[in-house]
Amino acid sequence: MRTLTPPDRAAATAPVADPPLTVPEPVIIPPDGATPGAARPLPLRREGPEKLTGTAVYVDDMVVPGAWYGATIRSTDAHARFLGLELDDAFDWSQVVVVTAVDIPGENTIASIKRDQPVLVAEEIRHHAEAVALLAAPDRRILRAAKRAVRVRTEPLPAVFDPLGSDHEFARYEVARGDVDAAMAAADLVIEGTYRVGHQEQLYIENQGMIAVPRDDGGVTVYGSLQCPYYVQPALRRALALSESQAVVIQTETGGGFGGKEEYPSIVAVHAALLARAAGHPVRMIYDRHEDIASTTKRHPAIVRYRTGVRRDGTLVAQDVDIVMDGGAYCTLTPVVLSRGVLHAGGPYECPNVRIRGRAMATNTPPNGAFRGFGAPQTEFAAEMQANRVADALGVSPLELRRRWVYQPGGITPTGQVLRDSVAGLEVLDRAAEAAELERVRERTAAQRTAARGTRPATAHGIGLALAWHGAGFTGSGEVHLASVVQVDLETGGRPIIRIASTEMGQGTKTIFPQLVAAELGLSEDEVDLAPVDTSQVPDSGPTVASRTAMVVGGLVVQAARRLRDQVETATGRPFAASAADFVRDHGPLRVEQRFEPYPGEPFDDATYTGDAYPAFGWAAAVAEVDVDLDTGEVAVRSVVAADDVGRVIHPLLAAGQVEGGTLQAVGYATIEEIKLQDGRYLNDRLATYLIPTALDAPRIEAILVEAPFEGVPHGAKGVGELPMDVGAPAVVAAIHDATGVWIHDLPATPERILAALVGADQAADGAPA
Amino acid sequence: MSIRCRVNGEPVELEVPGMRRLLDALREDLRLTGTKEGCGEGECGACSVLLDGLVVDACLVPMCQVEGADIRTVEGLAETDGRLSALQRSFLERGGAQCGICTPGMLMAAQAYLEAGGGPEDEAIREAIAGNLCRCTGYTRIIESIAAVADAPG
Ligand code: FES
Ligand code: FES
Repeated sequence: MRTLTPPDRAAATAPVADPPLTVPEPVIIPPDGATPGAARPLPLRREGPEKLTGTAVYVDDMVVPGAWYGATIRSTDAHARFLGLELDDAFDWSQVVVVTAVDIPGENTIASIKRDQPVLVAEEIRHHAEAVALLAAPDRRILRAAKRAVRVRTEPLPAVFDPLGSDHEFARYEVARGDVDAAMAAADLVIEGTYRVGHQEQLYIENQGMIAVPRDDGGVTVYGSLQCPYYVQPALRRALALSESQAVVIQTETGGGFGGKEEYPSIVAVHAALLARAAGHPVRMIYDRHEDIASTTKRHPAIVRYRTGVRRDGTLVAQDVDIVMDGGAYCTLTPVVLSRGVLHAGGPYECPNVRIRGRAMATNTPPNGAFRGFGAPQTEFAAEMQANRVADALGVSPLELRRRWVYQPGGITPTGQVLRDSVAGLEVLDRAAEAAELERVRERTAAQRTAARGTRPATAHGIGLALAWHGAGFTGSGEVHLASVVQVDLETGGRPIIRIASTEMGQGTKTIFPQLVAAELGLSEDEVDLAPVDTSQVPDSGPTVASRTAMVVGGLVVQAARRLRDQVETATGRPFAASAADFVRDHGPLRVEQRFEPYPGEPFDDATYTGDAYPAFGWAAAVAEVDVDLDTGEVAVRSVVAADDVGRVIHPLLAAGQVEGGTLQAVGYATIEEIKLQDGRYLNDRLATYLIPTALDAPRIEAILVEAPFEGVPHGAKGVGELPMDVGAPAVVAAIHDATGVWIHDLPATPERILAALVGADQAADGAPA
Repeated sequence: MSIRCRVNGEPVELEVPGMRRLLDALREDLRLTGTKEGCGEGECGACSVLLDGLVVDACLVPMCQVEGADIRTVEGLAETDGRLSALQRSFLERGGAQCGICTPGMLMAAQAYLEAGGGPEDEAIREAIAGNLCRCTGYTRIIESIAAVADAPG
């Protein structure tokens, strides 16, 4: 066994110029433009031609001459003392660099909410697949052999896998309104339920990946697949002790994120940068699917206990909710996820007496993190199950019950927020129910059930409804703390360029921003440029998360564009389009910077959890139809009608695409997506075993866009990305109930769970007096 | 070993280990990075290419099996003057591509379907792309994009 010597500093800092990035030259002739003067057509996806011809450059497509390959050595224990690395003497280590915790020049933590997660384990391993060391080699063959020549020595420690058995709390929140205990005691009917939802993997089809290139100034430039360049940059600075200008982050084309590339890319980037520094060469750190599933963040599992009190006439009088989330081994974004889960747990229903308590606990499992919906899908599943069960118990239609319960303008939320404008719960509900012919189909399924009584049909058809709200933008004072900045510049020649850190990952960022600015300036979209997402070129407009991009960043960009137009038009006395070039010639280039200003409303108090939790809410309803195979328990989701209020729609095609894609992820969450754990390790950590819906599994999805504009921003947009994620699962489970008569309390509603529930129902029926 | 085949109509000769994956030969030896790797084990279809007209997962095909074969990738789809093909345009106009990482494989599966005379029927198209995972779109607009081309005259 050999002891590790620190890498040769001189070699590590030897200047290596940014290598030229060879990108195959695209031959693209854009589709025929619109006839000038015709009504303005919707712009096509801006980066679409590159994506369709295979010339878009994702991180693994970059050709970086002289780059080495990086790999991560990971723990196989869930909890252990780390004793050291053993490097096989028989292996030729001369061509390999090894990086451990002692080689970290800065602080050994990943910059996030808490400083608890190490870049590399120094002493204590807290979860399976945790990074303990890094390797890089000039080619893959040597790297593979080197990985086999490393042994991680550990001494196992007792591990905690059940959040209910954990005594390490990451966060705790409570929201209270009215007198829950008195109201519950006075209620005519109290429905209770405990709901368990498991991990869900984002499963972006492009795995995590970063390429780190040493810079002449001793810093590093990192290219990669990511959502939030200004999360990655501080992480690099802290771990590698770099100045602002020494750490540059550049986004490559990103093949999906869904929250999975919100926080984890910081780890990949720091690892790649440490190796590049040690090797003195650029280093490619590209995960394969197995490593990606095994080690990256998932949606938080949660256990939600819920009591709902109603009067005989259906009036909602009390909600008492207790939430426990499993944070995994490190804090990551867990407090914010929990906070959103707590704030959404009442569902989109006005209730005078509410108590919602939530805690997030540590376990010795890989850390959980951001995933589309961010805590809300977990708690709103429980809220919707309760609503459907109350309707069932009272014998009223789930649509009618919701029409009575849903927030109306002027409604007051559990935090005391008065919902003044942009309240569209009733509208999305009615639109979805109408388009899906909910009541007619419900009558039909009820008639079928009656006709089939006593027989045992092979399949049963059912229809189900769910409704949700989703706070647009960051929770509470989040946007105020972020203080996002955007720039719209007028450059030589009079072309405007938008500078923002908002990332395109398929949702349409690159298309809607030029569209918004072009509309303000009286230009066509292709006359507006968009700066590359490169921290040396764009200001921090905040992370691309929380469905905030179209609303918050979009609002700032529109304001900046208006100011730019005013300045130019005031100086030239002519319309912007006709005078921008002259303006620049006479006055030089111009930069307009716009900084976030708080939206009107009551400030949120983080200590008491009162005030305006969100500047506005988006509203979503879904109606799902399913066929359940009564012999196998298998569910086929046939159709989903999704009506989503996203505020003013900027680009209907892109917005509908978000609704459809989110709906299918929710259907997967409801039916087949499940992580199985054993001793803190994910068992199904491959694509062959973690299943997501294929085109054959996918229902027909009809997206209906409802517009209830948000007055706080000039363009009226709210978010769209997360809404559909909140309603899909409870709608599917309600449809399963309509088909079979059984309630599935735990997600996913697997065939095993459905069969078990059916058997239980049969036994109950047999045991019941005739 | 030495392998001769055609890639997007061009004759190609490569000196590679027989077990080298077609995916790596395309991406690294020929710098045709349009073909993507999503799983490396035949589950996602991001690496779909056409091998003598049939859709295959390039991550599962060793180079020793492509001797003399005609291989087509996303880079060969556009018209010779560089214009997008009808299928590519349809994806662009109908929202068939979002993040784009599944798109090259999806296009190749669709291309094979259309060349085999596939029609605009929803079920048949779903069947044809069942081996290609997309996490962004919910498939709705991909199916629409393909159906519109299948339906178009000529
Ligand atoms: S990479 Fe070949 S099927 Fe996934
Ligand atoms: S467009 Fe992103 S995976 Fe299909």
